Amino acid sequence: MDEQCHQSATPGILVARNPPPMHRPWRFARRTGDRAMTSVAVEGEALADLVLAIAQRRDQSAFVALFEHFAPRVKGFLMRQGAADTEAEDLVQDVMLTVWRKASQFDPAKAAVSTWIFTIARNRRIDVLRRERRPEPDADDPLLAGEPEPSAEAHLSGAQVQARMREAIATLPADQAQVVTLSFYEDMAHSEIAERLGIPLGTVKSRLRLAFRKVKAQVGDAFA
Amino acid sequence: MTVKHHPSEAVLFAYAAGGLGEGLSLLVAAHLSFCPSCRRSVAEAEAVGGVMMEEIAPVAVRPDSLDRVLANLDGAPVPNRAATPAPPRPTPASAARSTDTPPLPSVLSAYVGDLSGARWQWVAPGVRQLDLVHRAQGRDSAKLLRIAPGRVLPHHGHAGLEMTVVLSGSFTDEQGRFTRGDLAELDSDAQHQPIADSGEDCICLIGTDAPLRFSGLVPRMMAPMLGF
Ligand SMILES: [Zn+2]
Repeated sequence: MDEQCHQSATPGILVARNPPPMHRPWRFARRTGDRAMTSVAVEGEALADLVLAIAQRRDQSAFVALFEHFAPRVKGFLMRQGAADTEAEDLVQDVMLTVWRKASQFDPAKAAVSTWIFTIARNRRIDVLRRERRPEPDADDPLLAGEPEPSAEAHLSGAQVQARMREAIATLPADQAQVVTLSFYEDMAHSEIAERLGIPLGTVKSRLRLAFRKVKAQVGDAFA
Repeated sequence: MTVKHHPSEAVLFAYAAGGLGEGLSLLVAAHLSFCPSCRRSVAEAEAVGGVMMEEIAPVAVRPDSLDRVLANLDGAPVPNRAATPAPPRPTPASAARSTDTPPLPSVLSAYVGDLSGARWQWVAPGVRQLDLVHRAQGRDSAKLLRIAPGRVLPHHGHAGLEMTVVLSGSFTDEQGRFTRGDLAELDSDAQHQPIADSGEDCICLIGTDAPLRFSGLVPRMMAPMLGF
């Protein structure tokens, strides 16, 4: 199957191949060029500084700035995943309090602030709304000893990696961006995505594989 | 030790997105404990989640939302992990001491406890099981299977996703040979028949997000016993 050819610089061709839905939530505003990427990275570094100000000085004004940026996004994210307005409000409280309390655990070398807050929101949602645990490998497990040496690109901050990744995601072909979006925003199992889109499960998986490889290629081995 | 069989990118993505239930997440977490390369992939997929968080259409919070959270900021901050030494972890060590099996990933200890005191359930000659996550509690299930050397797991197919992680010993199926840390992933319609192929018991973690379908006389008898 041809997974690569759905992207086109010409909107007309894109529409011809994919019947236009009401809107295309999986099409992201594309920011092209190094300057745009740099400004996204700078914005990311500024957010990281806010978290560090909380960690180091319990800086309330830094917290207010973080809240104003992230609380409506966390709420939007949770509601997109099916939370009711009141549930989403309560979870926003919960997530932002966790940001305040765990600020010292944030490591700007490892992740962007948005990634860190995404994982907090994901875990609280599973905890509170699904009443399940989400098992993770234990960082203190002796089995995890012997991490590979950091690579040449490991000096990139989480925010810089994030800026590259954002660029990679913005340039994904529409059919790949769509399965990525549904995976993250709609809380759908891959079999449900296949059903919704009327495509075989194997196609969902291969699109995710292609999307993931593209993103990996863009960030290089920054995560090594 | 090198892990050779990994979950698909789609499964790693689903794990990072929070789309897997507790049972299958436990399987992925067990594999991640053995596999630095998949841990890296999950970190990358979480960064994709961060981008999605930035790109989502924001929804205005209620006017009193900020005041509510500010009123609660007085709670004690959680100290940096690095600042507090981790307490000793008795479970893997005691599991290793009291049985011949190598230590289990710590992530399993909340579910298994001490393996030597575990009450394995008889399933069939040479096959025992230990329930970890029940379907009743969530969308999917996870259990430990202990298979004696040379024994074959009943031939089965299944409606959803099934994964197996080897914790000790090894098995072979149509996809190849699986040793400690390896994860076998099967989509629906796959039929497989793993056989424990080393001189020791094969202990593996098995998880599904849908009931297993057993075929043939003996398997049909076993299906209710396996409780999938
Ligand atoms: Zn792996």
